[in-house]
Amino acid sequence: MAEIIIKNGFVVDPARKINGDVMDIAIKDDKIVEKVGSGAKEIDARGKVVMTGGVDIHAHVAGPKVNVGRLMRPEDKLFKSPNAQAPYRIESGFSIPSTFKTGYDYARMGYAFVMEAAMPPLHSPHVHEEIHDTPIIDQGALPVFANNWFVLEYLKNREIENSAAYTAWLLAATKGYGVKLVNPGGTAAWAWGLNCLTLNDPVPFFDITPAEIISGLMQTNEYLGLPHSIHIHQNSLGTPGNYEITLDSFRLAEGVKANNKFSRDSVMHSTHVQFHSYGGDSWRNFESKAKEVMDYINGQKNITVDLGCVTLDETTTMTADGPFEHHLNQLNHLKWANTDVELETAAGVVPYVYDKDIKVCGIQWAIGLELGLYAKDPMRTFITTDHPNAGPFIRYPRIIKWLMSKKAREETLESMKYTDKVIDATNIHSLDTERTLYEIAQMTRAGPAKALGLSHIFGSLAPGMEANVVVYDLNFNDMPDDPEQIERAFLRSSNFIKSGDIVVKDGDIVSHGNKRTFWVNARVKENPQVIRDIHEKFLKEYTVGLGNYSVWDCLAPNPYVIDIDVEA
Amino acid sequence: MPKWITQVGCPYCGSSCDDLEVLVSDDGKKVLETRNACVIGNEIFHHASNPNRPTRPRMRQEDGTVKEITYDEAIDYTAKALLKAKKPLIYGFGSTNCEGMSAVGRVAEKAGAVLDNCASICHGPSFLAIFDNGYPSCTLGEVKNRADVVLFWGCNPMHAHPRHTSRYSIFPRGFFTTKGNMQRTIICVDPRETDTAKLADIHLMIDQGHDYELFDAFRTVLRGHDIPDVVAGIKKEQILEAAGKMKNGRFVMIFYGMGCCHTDGRNHNVDIAISTTRDLNSHTKASIMAMRGHYNIAGPGQVWSWQFGFPYCVDLSRGTHAHMNPGETSSIDLAMRDEVDCFVNVGTDAGAHFPIEAVRHLKKHPFITVDPNICMASEISDLHIPVRIVGVEEPGVVYRMDNVPIQFKKVVDGPDGVLSDEELFDRVYERMCELTETEPIWILNRGHAHGSSTAEQ
Amino acid sequence: MKEKIVLNMITQRAIEEGQAMEKGKTTPEYFKACSIVEMNPEDMKKLGIWRNTNVRVTSEAGSVIVKAIEPTQYVPPGLAHIRQGVWANQVVPPRTQSTGTPQYSGFPVTIEPAIDERIKTALELVQGAVGLWKEGGN
Repeated sequence: MAEIIIKNGFVVDPARKINGDVMDIAIKDDKIVEKVGSGAKEIDARGKVVMTGGVDIHAHVAGPKVNVGRLMRPEDKLFKSPNAQAPYRIESGFSIPSTFKTGYDYARMGYAFVMEAAMPPLHSPHVHEEIHDTPIIDQGALPVFANNWFVLEYLKNREIENSAAYTAWLLAATKGYGVKLVNPGGTAAWAWGLNCLTLNDPVPFFDITPAEIISGLMQTNEYLGLPHSIHIHQNSLGTPGNYEITLDSFRLAEGVKANNKFSRDSVMHSTHVQFHSYGGDSWRNFESKAKEVMDYINGQKNITVDLGCVTLDETTTMTADGPFEHHLNQLNHLKWANTDVELETAAGVVPYVYDKDIKVCGIQWAIGLELGLYAKDPMRTFITTDHPNAGPFIRYPRIIKWLMSKKAREETLESMKYTDKVIDATNIHSLDTERTLYEIAQMTRAGPAKALGLSHIFGSLAPGMEANVVVYDLNFNDMPDDPEQIERAFLRSSNFIKSGDIVVKDGDIVSHGNKRTFWVNARVKENPQVIRDIHEKFLKEYTVGLGNYSVWDCLAPNPYVIDIDVEA
Repeated sequence: MPKWITQVGCPYCGSSCDDLEVLVSDDGKKVLETRNACVIGNEIFHHASNPNRPTRPRMRQEDGTVKEITYDEAIDYTAKALLKAKKPLIYGFGSTNCEGMSAVGRVAEKAGAVLDNCASICHGPSFLAIFDNGYPSCTLGEVKNRADVVLFWGCNPMHAHPRHTSRYSIFPRGFFTTKGNMQRTIICVDPRETDTAKLADIHLMIDQGHDYELFDAFRTVLRGHDIPDVVAGIKKEQILEAAGKMKNGRFVMIFYGMGCCHTDGRNHNVDIAISTTRDLNSHTKASIMAMRGHYNIAGPGQVWSWQFGFPYCVDLSRGTHAHMNPGETSSIDLAMRDEVDCFVNVGTDAGAHFPIEAVRHLKKHPFITVDPNICMASEISDLHIPVRIVGVEEPGVVYRMDNVPIQFKKVVDGPDGVLSDEELFDRVYERMCELTETEPIWILNRGHAHGSSTAEQ
Repeated sequence: MKEKIVLNMITQRAIEEGQAMEKGKTTPEYFKACSIVEMNPEDMKKLGIWRNTNVRVTSEAGSVIVKAIEPTQYVPPGLAHIRQGVWANQVVPPRTQSTGTPQYSGFPVTIEPAIDERIKTALELVQGAVGLWKEGGN
């Protein structure tokens, strides 16, 4: 590493309100700087767009359920794995790529940071082993909390301080980044084959409701002042009519203020809202409620969302929402994997084909894009596919294409078998909005970086920031008529410099970089009750010893630890 | 003063118990005593101190005798053998850590080898069934805390997983199972009256090899249809009774073993076991689990799935992409068809556990064994490279039979100069790069890549 | 009394085998634990042998001398069991039904008395199979 200068590109950097100005970006070692000496390595970006590295706030890329998907689906490799790019590692898989392919493909797309969206705490060594084997990109992982016995018991008794002490302990034990909620209470119910479909369904045995879990964890999160807000996958995912439950859970954030030192304004990140914006009461009269959901978000400044766009691919669904996967399997009757995790969570995996010739899939596709088009604040609306649930992450460029080009949307819409029915059930056909590169940079960089509390490292090209710079072959002043060129440009960047290291050149990997693992170490006052509870549960109910539970430092050998001292 | 080390993992069976206590001598070199281990686990910890254990690679000479060589020479020999072979087979991994499996992945890719693990001759049919039908399962703590009906089908944990029944499946008291075994109905399906069957409330002494029919009868009954008076040697009333117990259970757990995988039907037996579990989930909560044999035999299935997308039978010989097709790329079939021209046996004993005819075929070509101990494979090898014993002398991540990762510590230092699997294979890889004049590819900085050797205790 | 009997063979684990294996496959314990065939006393009677008699077990894949013992865990008539390991694998058919997994259980064997024949050691069997065995060991 040394000095690099990226010259004469159209810089798009919303964090500094720079929109297509022709500028040079200078790098010294792993940071962006004002200027460099004449000996700096020059990269010519003339006629191309320059952005900071992408930040993915939600993808399932590492850990037990991802690997169940890989293991269970040899057909995901069949004819779908590109040949190895010598001398780099073999790349395997499409919807659930191998760790090597995951790192390479994100890098080719110019992504610098990816958040693994759901880490079962008991399996955290596995998550970190996979993160270790995923080259180039920086990663963090969100442990799941909303069905954890400790959390349910503390919150039932409204013991926020204990909940916070346990949360801080678990983040350190698992080397986790923040607080993930998946189907609050519903997954705990699934251990007995049940579910919680509304916010007021009591969780069997624990005598607490999903609403209380959500509010309690939101308070816990702000008590600790974590960099990221709670990150929630709401109850009743993927069911017609669920948008009302989605709005109900949004309302729990009303009046809650963000408390942190990381310039984060939000208190709730609602993930893959596409799956939660459904109207109708059956698949027969299924329709889009994207407008209703986004209208609420537009007026509610302390919530961020990511889209979870359906990409119309054959893919692999996987979630800690165990009862949902069972339900999905009852619909499609393909293979079904499930893992209930003692005291903590569950997970299910089912392959799924989003066929554009099926009406429901067409509507789902439209809902994801509608949400992205209705959003008034792209700084709070992020592009994801809930990889691999609604589609693989390598389709982000395709979503960008759809969001930027009405023509592209219409082409896809017209290629469907039930175009008219999809148009009837959605608003996609009447939406003329076309997102700009500036807005795309907000939705993939500046926005998610801020929501994660990482805007001091990622999301901008300002001097002092991490030297993540990507060059896309798009002419800012003369955007291509053919929307396919947009997708191609974003899929394989011309250059990507990750932490000051040139890792991609002309769309090909040229270095393994030096990836890091981000985790949060929140120090709280010693809490004897929580310590005693932890010892007791490990003695009585867990089947793994407490002494073997915390992730070894050597499994995350290149850590970036965010330390927080929580005031007593 | 000798020191007791607690919460030690046991490197024997798939139960991967991590509650052992080991008394270690003052100098940290010798195991004096163990607590909580079964007789087999106890044996492993004591065996480490066996003075006859080899501590240097041994190369077979023309006259059939063996001679000690240096690790450098052994690494050079291995690297050259792998590079020379058109299609080497690297097999085993029943008894090593994930760090070693990962290091081998890199070597295999460089060598264009076939990577296979003991599942190939064990729970391989389970993988085939999972490819077709999925795997509704859970962690062992769920069984301990919830299961009130436990079915053992073609498995005998009292012998193969000695502490399984006391830690997880029959006897322990859990959160919702406060009365332990009093609260559990145990059903055993086995053609023999095994020591596990003796613990069962219901023993269905099935006609050997007729597992598919009996599962089919269960599915038929669960769906409310009639069955013949006798199926697979079991009377209808007994089937109805057992099916009734399952249907009325609150949490039904099915454990199955080699009785399904090693006999006629293979993957089809497992397939219908999974279907039975799926059916049961319409009535109650049910899970299924393969009784994986070794403490980390789930490990290669995990590591290679994330590295290559396949759990076993991974053919990397095409150099550009991974390919898997059990029956074609599986060790026994490759051996019987003489399709491999170099064999590396790692952390297992193919000499003892392959059908002898397959051993004969493999022995036509260079045959290398990497294992801490003298075993049948080591005694017919051209080269035997001893390594440290994982879980005793080398820490690392292992995957229990329920795919829960457990970080195993080490309790004593290995013999001076003996390498770990990971160190050995990384050096083989480096040597292969030197020989081919290519740059080694490390995912992280070289300094960061070596984790486990310095794992904290 | 018959000269030979056809039984259905299975090969499975046993705790004695596991313990002995970890002690070492060249130990007397391993020999004792694994060089045996368990069969029902009725079948022994049919064959006209006493328990603890050496027998020859022959399958489509090969043949091995082991000691016939009464089952440590009940085996019904018609079934025979050799504990997994070196002796079992002299007769296990390598056919895999295209699954990769050999027929470790459920294959027909012929069992005949072999009172005067010696049971070979593990090393003799395995090294012998690949032409490395030398009398008196290596």
